Amino acid sequence: MFEFDVVTLSRLQFALTAMYHFLFVPLTLGLALLLAIMESVYVMTGRVVWRDATQFWGTLFGINFAMGVATGVTMEFQFGTNWAYYSHYVGDIFGAPLAIEGLMAFFLEATFVGLFFFGWKRLSKVQHLVVTWLVALGANFSALWILVANAWMQNPVGAAFNPQTMRMELTSFSEVLFNPVAQSKFVHTVSAGYVTGAMFVMSIAAYFILNRRHVDIARRSLTVAASFGLASALSVVVLGDESGYTAGENQKMKIAAIEAMWETEPPPASFTVFGFPDLKSETTKDEIRIPYLLGLIATRSLDKPVEGVKALVERAETRIRNGMAGYQWLAKEGGHPNAVVPPELDASMRDVGHSLLVKRIRPDIENATDAQIHEAAMSTIPDVPVLFWSFRIMVALGFYFIALFAVAFYLSSRRRFGKPWFLRMTMYSLPLPWVAAELGWIVAEYGRQPWIIDATMPTFLGVSNIPASNVAASLAAFVLFYSALAIIDVALIVKYVRIGPREEAQPQSSGAPVLPAPAPAQTR
Amino acid sequence: MFDYMTLRFIWWAILGVLLVGFAVMDGFDLGVAMLHPFVARNDAQRRVSLNTIGPVWEGNQVWFILGGGAAFAAWPPLYAVSFSGFYLAMLLVLIGLILRPVAITFRDKRSESGWRETWDWLFFVSGFVPALIFGVAFGNLLQGVPFHFDQALRATYEGGLLGLLNPFALLCGLVSVAMLAMQGAAWLSVKSEGEVSVRARRYGALAAILLVLLISAAGLWTMLGVEGFRIDGVIDHAGPSNPLAKSVTREAGAWLDNYRAYPWMIAAPALAYAGALVAALAFAFSAGRIAFLASSLSVAGVATMAGFSMFPFLLPSSTHPGQSLTVWDASSSKATLSLMLIVVIVFLPIVLAYTSWVYYVLRGAVTEAAIRRGDDYYY
Repeated sequence: MFEFDVVTLSRLQFALTAMYHFLFVPLTLGLALLLAIMESVYVMTGRVVWRDATQFWGTLFGINFAMGVATGVTMEFQFGTNWAYYSHYVGDIFGAPLAIEGLMAFFLEATFVGLFFFGWKRLSKVQHLVVTWLVALGANFSALWILVANAWMQNPVGAAFNPQTMRMELTSFSEVLFNPVAQSKFVHTVSAGYVTGAMFVMSIAAYFILNRRHVDIARRSLTVAASFGLASALSVVVLGDESGYTAGENQKMKIAAIEAMWETEPPPASFTVFGFPDLKSETTKDEIRIPYLLGLIATRSLDKPVEGVKALVERAETRIRNGMAGYQWLAKEGGHPNAVVPPELDASMRDVGHSLLVKRIRPDIENATDAQIHEAAMSTIPDVPVLFWSFRIMVALGFYFIALFAVAFYLSSRRRFGKPWFLRMTMYSLPLPWVAAELGWIVAEYGRQPWIIDATMPTFLGVSNIPASNVAASLAAFVLFYSALAIIDVALIVKYVRIGPREEAQPQSSGAPVLPAPAPAQTR
Repeated sequence: MFDYMTLRFIWWAILGVLLVGFAVMDGFDLGVAMLHPFVARNDAQRRVSLNTIGPVWEGNQVWFILGGGAAFAAWPPLYAVSFSGFYLAMLLVLIGLILRPVAITFRDKRSESGWRETWDWLFFVSGFVPALIFGVAFGNLLQGVPFHFDQALRATYEGGLLGLLNPFALLCGLVSVAMLAMQGAAWLSVKSEGEVSVRARRYGALAAILLVLLISAAGLWTMLGVEGFRIDGVIDHAGPSNPLAKSVTREAGAWLDNYRAYPWMIAAPALAYAGALVAALAFAFSAGRIAFLASSLSVAGVATMAGFSMFPFLLPSSTHPGQSLTVWDASSSKATLSLMLIVVIVFLPIVLAYTSWVYYVLRGAVTEAAIRRGDDYYY
C-alpha cells in the first residue's frame, strides 16, 4: 500500500511530529489563560486558596510546557531538513511569520515562563500577575503567527512567482496576515486549546471531588473551568462553521471530500450527516441528509451551488492542460537573471502548479498522454472516507463539549458539585479534546493533499533531495524517543495530580508551589 | 527604505547578531550542561548547577529558534540547503535540544538517585552534542560543503554524516566546546557559591586557555591549509537571488582576503583572544562578573572572526564553487527583507528590555542552603 520513499517517509515524520507537538500546544494555550484567570481572582480577592490553585495547575503546566518547547523545535527545523525544496520555494513568504513568531511571541512566552515559577517570592502580587498574563499572551500570539503561516499554505495569497529566482515571493504582507483562512483558523484553534485546558482542569477537579480531596480548590477550579470551557466550546463550533465557510471559498475540494459530495449540489445544498462514501463507484450509500444546511455553511446562502468532486476534477484537468505552456517556458527560460514571463503566458503561469501534478507520473510532463493527465487530475481528490469520518467525529465531540460544559456550568452555579455520575463522566472525558484536535488537523492537512501549497506546489515536489535511509533513521529515532518521553510525561503528570495541591492550611505550607524536594512525604 | 544591496548587508549583520546572541545566551546554558556532572558532585550541588539556569533557559533557547526562523525568512536557500544537507547532524542537535528542557524539568520530579543520575548525564549530552556539532558545522562551512543546484534551484547534497566529521571540522568543534564551556563556567561562577563555583572557575580557566590554543591552531590551519573561496569579477549586489550566475575560484588563504583589504577586521580575532585571556585571569582571581563579560566578548569575537573571513559567502559549495550561496544571491526578496527589518527594529529592543528586567529580578546566586530551605521554587 505504501511505498517507503522519501516523500512518504517525510510525510509520515511530519504528521507524527506535528500531531505529537499538538498534544502539548492546546493544553499550554488553555491552561496559560486559566492560570491567568485564577491568579487574577487571587489578586483581586486576596484569598490564598486561589494562589494555591494557580500554583498547583502551574506545576502541571510546567511539565507540559517543557514538552511543548522541546517538540516545537523539531517543527521549525523540519521544513529545512525534510522539505528543503518547499523551503526554498516559499521561504520568502512562509519564513516571515515563523521568524515574527519567534521574535514577538515565543520570546515573550519563554522569557516570562521562568519568572512565573521562580518569581512568586521575588515579585509583588501585581507584578507576578502581569508575568502570568504575558505568558498567556505570548502563547496566543505564537498560535496566531503559526496559523498565519499554515493558512498561507491552505490559501496562498499575497505572493507571486518570480521566474528569475524560481520561487514564490511576497507581494503583499497584509494579504498574508489578513488571509481569511488565517483569521478563522486562529480563532478556531485557540478556542480548541481553551476547551482542552478547561477539560483538563475540570476532569482533574472532578477526580479530586470524587475522592473527597482538596475539595475547596477543586470546586473553585471546576467552576472557573466550566464557564471558561462553555464559552470556548461555543466559540469552537461557531467559528468552526466559519472555517467551513472559508474552505468553501478557497478549498472547494476539501469541503466536497468532507461531505463525500460527488456531484455538484444544486442550491440549496443539503448536508450529509451520515453515510458510507464509496470510492469505486463515487457514490455515498445510506445517506441521511439535512436540507439547506450545507448551503448555509459553505456559501452562506441558499441560492449558490456547492461544487462536487467530479466537477472539481474536471476543472483540475483543464488547469493541468492550461499550465503546460507556462511550464515549458519555465523549463527553458526560468532562472535566467533577466527572465520575464511573456504576457500571453500570464494565464498559463497561474496553472503551472496543477501541471506539476503530472510529475508524479512522468518527469517529462509535456509528453503526458490524456490518460496520464486524467490520472493527475484524479490525484486532486483527497482521502474521502478519512475526511468524512474525521470531520463528523470532531463535530460530534464539539457538540458533546458544549453539553458537558453547559451542565457543569449549571450545576456549579447552583453549587451542586456532588453528582457522582456527572463527575465520573467529566473525569473520563479528559482525552476527548485531544481526539477532536488531532482529527481537526487531519481534516485540515490530510484534506489539503495532494498540495503542500494549495494549487501551487504538490506535496511530493517539496521534499529534500536526501536518501530515504536518512529519513527512515530519523523517523525511527523520533518514534522511539517521543514514545519514551510520552510515557515519562504522562507518568509525571499522574504523579503530580496524585500529590495534589499544597494548601496553605496544611502545616508544611510555605507559599511555595508543589516542591520537588526529595522528601519521602511527597508520594502517597 | 534601503536599497536591495544595503538590505542584504544589514541582514547579514543581523544574522551575525543573532548568532552572537545565541552563543552568548544559550551558550552559557549549553556550557552549564556540559560542566554539570563535573562541577557538581552530589545531589544538592547538582540542583544548584541546574537552578543557575533554571528560570532562564527557555528564553535563551529562543535565540536559537529565532536564528533558524530568521535564516528561513531572510536566507531561504541557506536554510534549505544547510538543514537538509546536514540532515543527520541536525537530527543529533535536535535530539540534544529536546533532551535539555526535558532533563531540566523532569530530573527533580522523582527522588530516586538512579533517576536523577540518568538525567544528569542526559543533561550533559544535551549540552555537549549540540556544542560540538555547531562547531563542526562551522568547520565545514569554511571548507565548503558538497552541494549543487539544478536549473529549478532544487539542491542536491552529496556528502554524509561521516564526511562532516573530518579533522579540521572536529578541531572547530573543539573550539566551540571549549568556548561554550568557558561561557558556562563564567555563568556558574557568578550564579553559584562554594564548591560548585570553585570548580567552575577551575574548569573555566582551563577552557579559556584551551580556547586560545585551539583558535590559534584553527586559525593557522585556515590560513595555510584550507582552500578559501573568492568571487571572480563583478557580481550584481542587487541582482535576483539566484546563485547560478557567478564564477568562484578557490585558493589556500583566500579566507584572509577580507583581513588584507580591511585591516580593522583584526579587531574580531583580537577580541576573541583578549576576551579569553582576561576571562582566564578573572577566573584565577575569582572575579566572576568580569569573567562572564570577558568570556561573552570572546564568544562574540570568535563568531565575528568566522563571519568576517567568509563574507560575502554564506554557504560555499566544494563541488560547484560557482553555485556557492553568498550574501548577494541567496537572500529573500527586497519586500521581505524590508518588512522583516522593521519587525526586528521594533521588537528586538523590546525583547532585550524585558530580558534584562527578568535577569535583574533573578539576580543573586543560587545557594545550597536556599534550596535546602525550599523558600522559593527550585528544580
